Parts: sequence; structure tokens; C-alpha cells
Amino acid sequence: MSSIGTGYDLSASTYSPDGRVFQIEYASKAVENSGTAIGIRCKDGVVFAVEKLITSKLHEPKSNRRIFTIDKHIGMAAAGLIADSRKIVTRSRDEAANFRFTLAQPIPVKHLVDRVSGFVHAHTLYSAVRPFGFNVMYGSYGSEGPRLYMIDPSGIALGYFGCAVGKAKQAAKTEIEKLKTQELTCKDAIREVAKIIYTVHDEVKDKEFELELSWVGEVTGGLHQFVPDDVFEDAVQYAKEAIKESDSEDEL
Amino acid sequence: FILYHYSTIPRGKMAVLQPYPDFLSISDWTREPVSTGTSIMAVEYDRGVVIAADSRTTSGAYIVNRVTDKLTQVTDHIFCCRSGSAADTQSFADMVKYNLQLHTIELEEPPLVKTAANMFKSLCYRDRDKRIAGIICAGWDKRNGGQVYSIPLGGMCVRQPFSIGGSGSTYIYGYCDAHFRTGMTKEECIQFAKNALALAISRDGSSGGVIRIACIEESGVERLLFTGNDIPQFSNE
Repeated sequence: MSSIGTGYDLSASTYSPDGRVFQIEYASKAVENSGTAIGIRCKDGVVFAVEKLITSKLHEPKSNRRIFTIDKHIGMAAAGLIADSRKIVTRSRDEAANFRFTLAQPIPVKHLVDRVSGFVHAHTLYSAVRPFGFNVMYGSYGSEGPRLYMIDPSGIALGYFGCAVGKAKQAAKTEIEKLKTQELTCKDAIREVAKIIYTVHDEVKDKEFELELSWVGEVTGGLHQFVPDDVFEDAVQYAKEAIKESDSEDEL
Repeated sequence: FILYHYSTIPRGKMAVLQPYPDFLSISDWTREPVSTGTSIMAVEYDRGVVIAADSRTTSGAYIVNRVTDKLTQVTDHIFCCRSGSAADTQSFADMVKYNLQLHTIELEEPPLVKTAANMFKSLCYRDRDKRIAGIICAGWDKRNGGQVYSIPLGGMCVRQPFSIGGSGSTYIYGYCDAHFRTGMTKEECIQFAKNALALAISRDGSSGGVIRIACIEESGVERLLFTGNDIPQFSNE
């Protein structure tokens, strides 16, 4: 449901008569047009899967990543305007490194998310800058266990057991809700998220996509990493078989 | 350290800085910076740490305070033992205490001893040429139990099973190396600290007064005071 805020939507420093800041809402639209990204907090870690839409046949695989490592124990997946998300990656990395330097301990992800969401929110206060056009998900496996957070363009940060953003977020959310995330281990969850991405990918509107998978948890000893090739192949195969099954069901 | 004053301004010339002539001199001790020339130590044991200090603050040969508390609390479970310049160490302790209060609220859990020690280290290392501060940061936290961190003059920070500091510590290196054992109980640590400081106090003119001790564990902080005859006496002619 969208409404046009004619006259009150030209800058982030203007309220509409019904108390909305339209620029922030428009920023969310930028996310809705991007490739789907999902994150799941499981029993022993957090997994990310991103549907990276490819527009060119000359695209080099594994370039233009949408998943980033912020600190050894924290990973981040971005959806929306990727150029904006690059800025927040740098900011997050600086915050995490600075925390390590002054306080001699790794930054708890909740604290990092507090700081970064403050930074994102600051860009919604002035007409001189525009709000960021992304949703970013932070996942970590630290001393407090697995944690998953998401920051939206307004600067609100919430904790999740599972979240999805992008083109197919509704469909992806439905799929995630079917899973019992608290009982999954990372190894199970990584196949599930691959399957969800393949399932919700729109073959008609978007032709090619590259899947990115990453995890952080017991299985990696607390480090955030892209999944190893063999795990990746296995997850993709699981996903493709699941689609074939559901396709063949449709035909009947 | 010579006190200077501006001489009467001769006409047409700039004011000239000259030392006080002898007949105008003030007592030496008023010119000396106030120092916690000191004996301090901290010892790790299984459930926490024992920290101890003497109580003498001097300005030259004058004892400014004979009942000083050199064991300064920075959080519920983290203390520091201060030696060197009283001004430098007090201001460092204030700054670390302030920053840790904010840190506790942001992180929603008590700070690590390592964090406090590194904060002290940053302060001591910055402007290391201008500061005189030998600090022992010790305490208890949930992740690593009792810990002792030594931050001597240059601003390094190193964890040790036990640490001694201050001017009086020079006299007890041998005693401490000979008598320290890992796996001591709290009572054994208290006795070890008391004996060591008593020996330091008896040989170091800048250390004296009472022996203050604090035991820091998960359950909290227990403070002890030993005065007069409670301080061990050793034979020394």
C-alpha cells in the first residue's frame, strides 16, 4: 500500500500532515526492488543467503559481493542500494576495530548494531543528506551465542530468529516460518536457505542469479566465512532437487 | 627543583625569571610534587585476587598523608593500586571509572578486567614522557576469573600471576619470588601480601603507615586493615 505524499516528500526534514517522513518510506522502496536476502539464527550459529541478480553475461563470479565480514565474528548481508551498503560496511568495520583497540575485546554485535543504527538514523534528520537505501542484516556467534539483527533505512534495529528482505521477501518469510529455526544446526540451515532462495527466485522476470552463502557459528569456530565449496555444491544440489520435486508436483 | 619568581622589572627590559634568593626560600617539601612513593602488590588466586598497599603519601621528606587509601575502586569488581604521582594516578583512576560506567551501561554487563587494564594503559602510554604512574589493575570478571595486570612507568600492560610495584617493591623481589606459589588459598595470599609489604615498609622510607588489603571475588569485595602490632615484625637490626 503506497501513498503519494505530494509536497511533503521532497526532503527528510519535512513531516507530512499525518506525521510521516516520506523520504524514509521511499528509501524502503529501494530495498524492495533488490535481490532477496535472508538470514536465519539457528541453534549454533547464523546463516546468510543472498540472491545476487546478474545483468550481464560477462559478470565474473564471486565479484560484487553482497555479504561482508565486519569483524572476525560478525558477518553482514545487504539488500537495497549496494553502493550505500558499502559505506555502512566501512563504518561498521571502523566501529568494530576501534572498539577492539580501546576496550581490548571483540565488539558484541548488539552494541555494534546500536552504534551503526544511530549512524543510519542520523542520515534521516537532515535535508542535506538522503536516508540510506538498504536493509542490512548482522549475524554473529559470540560469547552471548548466535545473534541476528537487521537495520532498516529509518535506523530501527531489531533482533530476529529469521528475516528476509528484497523482491521476494513475503514468499521467503513464509518459507522461513515453516522451519523450526531453533532446532536447526548451521549445516541443516545452510541447505534450507539455499533452497528458499532457489524457490523464491522469479525465473520469468530475472534470468540469471548467483547465490551467495555464508555462515558463522560452532561449525566455523565463531568466525564468519563464505561456506566451503563442497558445502556450497551440496546446498545448491539440495535446492535444485527440491525445486524439481515441487515442479513435478505442479505438473500433475 | 628550584622555585622561580619574576624579578622587579627593570625599565625598558622584559621581566626576568630568577631563582629565589636563599633568604626568601620556602621549605623544600612545599616544592616537591606529592608522590605515592609506595609499596603495592596484587596476587591472583583460584576464586579472585588479593590486592594490598601501604598508606604513606610523601612530599619530599614530609608525610602528607599517613593513612592514604591507595586501593582505588573503578567498578564493582575491579580495583587499581596506585604508585607514582598522586595527581596523575588519581586522575587516571577517575577517567577509567567514568568510562567504565558508560561502558557497563552500553554493554549491559560488567566490564572485563582486561578492558580496565587497557584503558589505564592507553592513559599511561599517551604522554608517557610527562606522566609518572605505576599502576596495578586487578579484579574479577565472569569470563576469566581473578586477574592481575601490571602497568609500569612506560605504559606497557602485561598480565601476571602476582605483581609488585612502587618504590618499596625493589626490596622484596627476592622474598616474593621465593615465597609465591600458584594455587594458594585466599588466606595464604593475604599472609603472603602482608609479610611482603611489612618487609618493604621496614626498608623503604617512602612506604609506611598501615597495610590496607582488599579481596575481590565474585561475591564482592572484602576490605581489611592491619595497623601497629598486627603488622608482622621481622628481625632487622
